[in-house]
Amino acid sequence: MGSLQSGVAQGVLWGIMVLGVYITYKLLDIPDLTADGSFTLGGCVTTVAILAGIDPILATLMGLGAGFLAGAVTGILHTVFEIPAILAGILTQIGLWSVNLRIMGGKANNPLLKADSTISFFTDALGVTQSQASLLLGVLLVIAVILILYWFFGTEIGSALRATGDNEDMIRALGVNTGHTKLLALALSNALIGLSGAMVAQMQKYADINMGRGAIVIGLAAIVIGEVLLGRAKNFGVKLFSAILGSIVYFIIQALVLRFGMDANDMKLLSAIMVAVALAIPVAMRRYNTKKSYVEYDLYGAEAEQKTGGAEK
Amino acid sequence: MIELKHISKTFNKGTVNEKRALSNLNLTIADGDFITVIGGNGAGKSTMLNALAGVFPVDCGTITIDGVNVTMEPEHKRAKYIGRVFQDPMKGTCAGMQIEENLSLAKRRGKTRGLGWQLKAEERVLYREQLATLGLGLETRLSDKVGLLSGGQRQAVTLLMATLQKPKLLLLDEHTAALDPATAAKVLKLTCEIVEENKLTSLMVTHNMRDAIAIGNRLIMMDNGRIIYDVAGEEKKRLTVEDLLHKFEEASGTEFANDRMMLGN
Ligand SMILES: Nc1ncnc2c1ncn2[C@@H]1O[C@H](COP(=O)(O)OP(=O)(O)OP(=O)(O)O)[C@@H](O)[C@H]1O
Ligand SMILES: [Mg+2]
Repeated sequence: MGSLQSGVAQGVLWGIMVLGVYITYKLLDIPDLTADGSFTLGGCVTTVAILAGIDPILATLMGLGAGFLAGAVTGILHTVFEIPAILAGILTQIGLWSVNLRIMGGKANNPLLKADSTISFFTDALGVTQSQASLLLGVLLVIAVILILYWFFGTEIGSALRATGDNEDMIRALGVNTGHTKLLALALSNALIGLSGAMVAQMQKYADINMGRGAIVIGLAAIVIGEVLLGRAKNFGVKLFSAILGSIVYFIIQALVLRFGMDANDMKLLSAIMVAVALAIPVAMRRYNTKKSYVEYDLYGAEAEQKTGGAEK
Repeated sequence: MIELKHISKTFNKGTVNEKRALSNLNLTIADGDFITVIGGNGAGKSTMLNALAGVFPVDCGTITIDGVNVTMEPEHKRAKYIGRVFQDPMKGTCAGMQIEENLSLAKRRGKTRGLGWQLKAEERVLYREQLATLGLGLETRLSDKVGLLSGGQRQAVTLLMATLQKPKLLLLDEHTAALDPATAAKVLKLTCEIVEENKLTSLMVTHNMRDAIAIGNRLIMMDNGRIIYDVAGEEKKRLTVEDLLHKFEEASGTEFANDRMMLGN
């Protein structure tokens, strides 16, 4: 039971990252690979700050802010210097690997040990376990983030962001600097990813140089799972919730396959296959349907000919 | 008043694909002018409209709108003066957003966007009223996604969006060309009504010579990146399609070539 519960807690905290991926991938249609680096960055900054004696809440916000800056770097590379989004994300991600190591003073791993964290406040105050406290705090955070995103994307700026993802030429002709909207979207997205990394590091009580590896694939997998589970929901709030749900299910699946003795290292392969299959299915379906619906003779034409032929007689 | 002075634009400079699309083009548009623009394929009609909208910087010359020199202003900055409807019905609207969301995005054309709520109740009343004037029954479908509309409906909505916030200049680039004849006629009629009612200064590119003669108060013909014929008022009204073809041959020394040109018999 314990591993399942911590799976759910992980799913909720990683869910904040999935919301970040959702903003770029779903709303802006930008595949942003900064995620792997900015997630780790959030964890590194926060653990180092906590160990330096900074208040854990402030330290967590610093993780969020660091993610924001990382996203802004990708955004500037992409919008100001017109580097393709995928490449801009990879550049930032690779650069962050060195930055993250520097932040942790050259160590690949930065344990929090007995230091206080936002999560230990809850374990101490309520006398609950680490994963219960993480779950509780995670749920509160996720609710707050969803409410803020729901509000933000309903505002004028938020709507301009959505429009940028839908029809860039149109919203530019309506006076929006689409470079700015994309930059903002990338920064916001990575701020959430940094926050998620900060929380996950506090839950597992350490930051690790590899903790964000494959984050983008986890994010995409969670979005896909969420879409399968909640269908094509119309309400924006439900869509955001489905990303969280997808994340929770992803980590439950992970906990289960681990319990059945699968090697933890194979999980990445499993998620990559899952995303590839999910992206491939609609294409395969379309091909199949076009083939199936093809007929050599034009049924409608033949029918029409018969009818007019009949009329003439 | 809008002025284009000595505007030139060459695409792909210094390559084998070099193409001079506008060459030393001059045009003065008076307030309230409704100008139809005709010309053969590649004459530079779209390029002139794009230059006005700021889609790309021009190589030389100046563009002024009501005395303001906007030559170096990027497209999004110029948006506050200019409303546009494109040839492709997909280009003017966000398919994944609701009709009212699209209208509210257009209502804020050229304004600073803040953290206020995008869809305001009092604006919704205005949108419903405005949609009703289109006569397409869209006033009951405010929260439908624009992607559900037909090409003609989308084009009508785009037209409304372009004029919701009165522009100093309305640019219409073959905006009925992708529609079937009946729908095209309807959208064209709407265009004339909206332009007249709001006394909008407009440029309309068309490939239908009849329309070009019948609509608006002024007609310009383009060839090779220049304006080769400019006629207004009574003289324009008396024009025939034959006159136009003749003028074209006279000015350019070639036959009128536009594979989409309809003589409009
Ligand atoms: N972005 C571009 N890059 C390169 N060449 C271009 C570009 N836009 C236009 N051109 C070229 O400039 C010339 C003028 O094109 P333009 O689109 O203005 O013609 P048009 O008068 O609108 O013609 P049509 O009736 O076919 O729409 C053409 O030779 C075209 O190939
Ligand atoms: Mg054109």
